[in-house]
Amino acid sequence: MTAFLELQDLTKSFYGIAAVKGVSLNIKTGQTLGLIGQNGAGKSTLMNLIGGVVHPDSGEMRLTEKLYAPRTPADAQRAGIAFIHQELNLFTNLTIAENIFITGFPRKGVLGSIDTAKIKSLTRDLLASVGLQLDPSTNVDRISPGERQLVEIAKALYQDASLIIFDEPTTSLTARETERLFAIMNQLRQQGKGLVYISHILGDVKKLADEIAIMRDGELVAYEPASAFSIQRMIAQMVGRSIEQLYPPRTAAPTNMPLLAVEGVNAAGIVKEISFTLHKGEVLGLFGLMGSGRTELARMIFGIDAFERGNIRVEGESITSPSPRKSIRHKIAFVTENRREEGLLMSIDIANNISLVSLLDFAGGLISVIDQREMTAAAQQTAQVLQLKSGDIRYQHAKALSGGNQQKVVIAKWLLSEPMIFIMDEPTRGIDVGAKYEIYTIIDRLASEGSGVLIISSELDELIGLCDRILVMSRGEIYGEFSREQFQEETILRAAFRQDDTAIPHNHDGVREEAGKQD
Amino acid sequence: MPGERFNILRFLLNHSTLVLFIAVFALFGLSSPRTPVEIAGITIDFPRFWSPENIFNMVKQAAVFAGIIGVGMTFVLLTAGIDLSVGSNMYLSVVVSGLLMRSIGLEIIPALLVSLMVGTLFGAFNAFCILRLKIIPFMTTLATLVIGRGLGTFLTDSQQIDFPERMNAFGQTLVFGVIPMPIVVFGIVVLVSWYILSRTPFGRQVYAVGNDIEAAKKAGINTDRTLAMVYIISGFCAGLAGFILASQLGGRVDRSFAETREFDAIAAAVLGGTSLFGGAGNVFGTVIGAILIQMVGTGLQFNLVNLYLQPMARAFVIFLAIFFDSLREANMKKLKRRFIRPVEADAPPEPQPSSAGD
Repeated sequence: MTAFLELQDLTKSFYGIAAVKGVSLNIKTGQTLGLIGQNGAGKSTLMNLIGGVVHPDSGEMRLTEKLYAPRTPADAQRAGIAFIHQELNLFTNLTIAENIFITGFPRKGVLGSIDTAKIKSLTRDLLASVGLQLDPSTNVDRISPGERQLVEIAKALYQDASLIIFDEPTTSLTARETERLFAIMNQLRQQGKGLVYISHILGDVKKLADEIAIMRDGELVAYEPASAFSIQRMIAQMVGRSIEQLYPPRTAAPTNMPLLAVEGVNAAGIVKEISFTLHKGEVLGLFGLMGSGRTELARMIFGIDAFERGNIRVEGESITSPSPRKSIRHKIAFVTENRREEGLLMSIDIANNISLVSLLDFAGGLISVIDQREMTAAAQQTAQVLQLKSGDIRYQHAKALSGGNQQKVVIAKWLLSEPMIFIMDEPTRGIDVGAKYEIYTIIDRLASEGSGVLIISSELDELIGLCDRILVMSRGEIYGEFSREQFQEETILRAAFRQDDTAIPHNHDGVREEAGKQD
Repeated sequence: MPGERFNILRFLLNHSTLVLFIAVFALFGLSSPRTPVEIAGITIDFPRFWSPENIFNMVKQAAVFAGIIGVGMTFVLLTAGIDLSVGSNMYLSVVVSGLLMRSIGLEIIPALLVSLMVGTLFGAFNAFCILRLKIIPFMTTLATLVIGRGLGTFLTDSQQIDFPERMNAFGQTLVFGVIPMPIVVFGIVVLVSWYILSRTPFGRQVYAVGNDIEAAKKAGINTDRTLAMVYIISGFCAGLAGFILASQLGGRVDRSFAETREFDAIAAAVLGGTSLFGGAGNVFGTVIGAILIQMVGTGLQFNLVNLYLQPMARAFVIFLAIFFDSLREANMKKLKRRFIRPVEADAPPEPQPSSAGD
């Protein structure tokens, strides 16, 4: 358990804001270091410093006591440091074997062509060591996210990495895939590899880590053996204060005035006979396992995807052939689960991102010129209301924000168009505790002001803490409905897994029995 | 059976360019003028479009007009780049060797090498602008398109260059006494390129860079070197294609030589399934694409279509191919759509083996 990589007083600033401030850490082999902190606390920057993606302003790193100053990711790779990123870095148009060997193909013959037989047999062994039985010549676009993760690990093993850094590796994995990943991580640790594990799922960190380091605002605020931390203490140190309550109290009761009515929406193979009503001032939760059709339904309501039968009414008025434009005109807002790809223009400044939906409101004159000053002022005001932490919103790009602040920009964008109906798909995914609380407060405020909010989430706690009513979706149908006094984690989960007899069988027709057995 | 028919439709869509290729070949053949031919004692009217001479001729022209540069373009497109300077590069590299042949009496082979060198340097200059000066490929190669043509015009005083007679003879060379030289050269270019792209580390890295350049950087691939190489390869192909095209035109090169060739090169690659967004495609597709474009041109001439309508007709075929391709994409997307529950028809479900306990 010698110190493998020593960080000494590392500092790095962007746009004059310090992202990493005087961090010193010892990363040891044969151990797992859990690294936690809110989004924007500087974890990613710290890892990018280690990986040679960015370079420190001051401070230094020592690798087995020798000075280590990587200029490029290739330098880090050569030094035996491998990264398993949240967004995987595999080439989907190449095979598994080619992905593993992409920077160091074994050659054969006078022409120096790739030794395909050799990379296949080596890959087969590597895959076996991470518990995968896949043909090495399978194209990566044909395998699941969990399998891709394991291929990345196999690649790290091939590069004989001594230190493997996992950055939020479980976000797109199923429970079973996560189990398998953890088993392999344990195995690697026993083989003497050093592991760094970054995650927002504190329970996992506590379970896996030998030591835990906590960052806040670029600084290392705690660095002790894992046994010294309770989940409560981790949260307290991440936030800098203790959070007694994870959810803000609801400030107003829902009305029974219908706002959005979904009537018998049907799309073959996707959703079946979906009917529900969202009322003014209501926070309605939509719970379901991954693949239960939640996101698909939200997209249909907002008019992105088509459905075959059924009707959507806003305040009694039926929307014929729905489209996002019509939905926006009917004051519906859609906060997508995929903020990177669908929610934000990443390389555009924040002000323009915020004003995107209501751009025409700032246009005037004969040829609709945008009033830049008015637009920026409005964006600035909304940003302040949401307590967005950023540099100058006119110049800073959306991609330079932390996840929580990016989500605030998405919400700000919709707020500016003053919607009545909010559809939020996983609004707090990948966001830290502090920012989550702020987003919950925003949701409560929207409802108190008379909007209706439909929240899709796979975190049941969140829905129980936040909603007035929860609908459970399973295999494309609404399978149960619970009002606040009926909220009980177990019952709702049972409905989601279709193990429940007490749930109100909404459109239940008995045909699905055999579908349930496939699990 | 409906399922069966659906599969045929899918097959047609998945191989739309090949289907179009066969359709064009068949249609132009059937409508072309015929010559009586005696086969095994029977005289039949054989379409001239299908005659071996015409087929050889079309492949030869495909090679020099769009094929060789199309292969070079495939490398560039695979990285999600573009090279608009190909036509000008062809002109400039042949001007330099032509002037040297005339002034110091350079022989064919040294002259060819000069063209290859000029073409390669031209490509290297593109690479320099794109990677060192960080000008996007579209703007860089648009600029070098003008620069190359301008430099060639300046060197020749805008005069036509007449090559010595040996250039014409070189163009008429038949390999093994039967195969026209350009076809052999094209064949070699295709095979070598196929080998590079599918069998060498560099080739696989080209695909990786085209798939996700950020991931490629993080994986430790020298992306600058990979990108530089594809523009250099495209330049080399342009130099080669320029010299061979000049030899086919009887050694006369004027200032409009190879103008807008880049568009046929891009069309050939895209028809052959190469994506403009990088990461997908191969050189054999480009071969089919190049021959298809040439076949349409020749077929229109055979059928005496108005000369001024021909470019439009060619554009229409290219449009058709790309249209089929987007249909295929849409169809693929539909197939990849995730179903989360069994698709039920409105009709009663088909009888199924009853499950116990129901």
